[in-house]
Amino acid sequence: MPPETTKAPAQDVIHNIGYRNYSGARLGRAYARRSLFSQSLRGAYGLGRSAKSKVLPMILLGVMCVPAAIMVAVAVTTKMNDLPVAYTRYAILLQAVIGLYLASQAPQSVSRDLRFKTVPLYFSRPIERVDYVAAKFAAMASALFLLTALPLLILYVGALLAKLDFADQTKGFAQGLVSVALLSLLFAGLGLVVAALTPRRGFGVAAVIAVLTISYGAVSTVQGIALARDNTDAISWLGLFSPITLIDGVQTAFLSATSAFPGGHGPGTGTGVVYVLVLLALITGSFGLLMRRYRKVGL
Amino acid sequence: MIATESLSKRFPRVTALDRLSVDIAPGVTGLVGANGAGKSTLIKILLGLSPATEGRASVLGLDVATEGAAIRERVGYMPEHDCLPPDVSATEFVVHMARMSGLPATAARERTADTLRHVGLYEERYRPMGGYSTGMKQRVKLAQALVHDPQLVLLDEPTNGLDPVGRDEMLGLIRRVHTDFGISVLVTSHLLGELERTCDHVVVIDGGKLLRSSSTDDFTQSTGSLAVEVTDSDARPDGTAALYAALAGAGLTVRPAGRAADGTPASGRVLLVDVVDDSTYDTVRDAVTDLELGLVRMEQRRHRIAEVFRDEGEGDTPATAPAAAGWGAGRQWAPAAQRDEQNGGAPDAA
Repeated sequence: MPPETTKAPAQDVIHNIGYRNYSGARLGRAYARRSLFSQSLRGAYGLGRSAKSKVLPMILLGVMCVPAAIMVAVAVTTKMNDLPVAYTRYAILLQAVIGLYLASQAPQSVSRDLRFKTVPLYFSRPIERVDYVAAKFAAMASALFLLTALPLLILYVGALLAKLDFADQTKGFAQGLVSVALLSLLFAGLGLVVAALTPRRGFGVAAVIAVLTISYGAVSTVQGIALARDNTDAISWLGLFSPITLIDGVQTAFLSATSAFPGGHGPGTGTGVVYVLVLLALITGSFGLLMRRYRKVGL
Repeated sequence: MIATESLSKRFPRVTALDRLSVDIAPGVTGLVGANGAGKSTLIKILLGLSPATEGRASVLGLDVATEGAAIRERVGYMPEHDCLPPDVSATEFVVHMARMSGLPATAARERTADTLRHVGLYEERYRPMGGYSTGMKQRVKLAQALVHDPQLVLLDEPTNGLDPVGRDEMLGLIRRVHTDFGISVLVTSHLLGELERTCDHVVVIDGGKLLRSSSTDDFTQSTGSLAVEVTDSDARPDGTAALYAALAGAGLTVRPAGRAADGTPASGRVLLVDVVDDSTYDTVRDAVTDLELGLVRMEQRRHRIAEVFRDEGEGDTPATAPAAAGWGAGRQWAPAAQRDEQNGGAPDAA
């Protein structure tokens, strides 16, 4: 008898691998939450999805970075003393791009799960409702942070290459990062709440754009009227009513930014505290609303 | 596996479950009930996702009220509705679901490949699921419930929307989940006929109350008949008739089956022989050999569970009549059973 036939079961296994039980690790709830987070974050840039869905987020990321690269190139070649745009101002200038990104990706993140009824599957796994909401929220905020912080990083690296003052630039960069972090949290919260209202993706996209642009349009119009009437106090308070002006107000008050409000009449420290409180209330409020939204969705 | 103790679930307007006490052993268990009978509510409670109004339930020895997450780690769930995003491939989707159950990335990929193969998805698993047929989608849904190698899977109407062939394949697959994979199954259906072929045990609920819980054999045991089919030979051009005469002569009760085994209204070539005891098999065998006919088949024919629910006077199932009597809900199953027959089931010889 040839020696290999003595191991008949092994040969059999090669041809027909029967069902194998899994006896390895089961990493539980925290791991599942992290998995959902990374899947959602990758999904926000189209990774792990079809080629088509990578196009828009990647283009928008490019659009965010190109102006920064140009500014850096100009600053390096013309030997400027300072960057043409402050770190804290960059996101305000490109708010339309950020809004567009949020409008395209927030519905992608939550409406799809609602529309295709994948949510019940998640809740049949070890995670709880709070894990789902936290993972989606964190993923959206991280995706936005990536989108807004990457151009700042380009600016910072460029500024160092142009041999601008190191301490100055580092301080500005840090302030810029804090500002875009707050912006990411706020926008992620608002975008997800609006997107989670409807399982229809198109409605979600339109609704997010509407919330951002209408509120900004209304606030800046009224601010413009207030400026014409020389009511500078009103200008600084009005900024509370739209997401981007809220961020502008916070960074003007505490992150030594120059306000983009009409006439540059940003809030002072006293008003700034109200801005911060409203900002935090909006972020926690949107988390709470999302929790409520998913209360009825399980199974 | 599953034990509930006077489990109730009341909503403001309806009582979904009413003091339900069942004990479900390992194996394949069918949960039967009309729409709105409380099947889905029961599954929700068993997964620890919805608190019971009163009573207790435990799954795999874990209390549903306090150890929901631990239960969901060891239990698989296949929902009734569509739940697959169309723009990702089956592989990606099932890998993600495996990780959501706590499997490390490498293990998730290996288990996904294994599981998809076991449910019968091969090359197509790399394509986006939007282009899948209903049968393939059901397989993916089953795969995501099995990928983390649970000890128990809850399958909610897994044969919904499938054609007869797809349904048979799905039922075979469910059977294999228990026999080959060693995973216990709780499968809900509103079609009784399906469960006979698949389940060891059937639990019938109606209006949130337990109607009956017993093994499939209990439903069908009282039927002892054999389906016999023979060929013709040159000496005996009509083999079936010859066998009929021979068996009747041997003192057995024989009648032609109304239909062939595949459900086509019959060739009249199948004979049904009432089994008295084990010697009946020998008698049939000897009769066939004596006549020098070819034996195409000789198999045990069981009544379908559906017949249990039919009216006493209907059909030739006197032995099951006691079960049918006193069953208030008996009638409501009849349409389901008929539909099953139309779909090509094998009501007379299974």
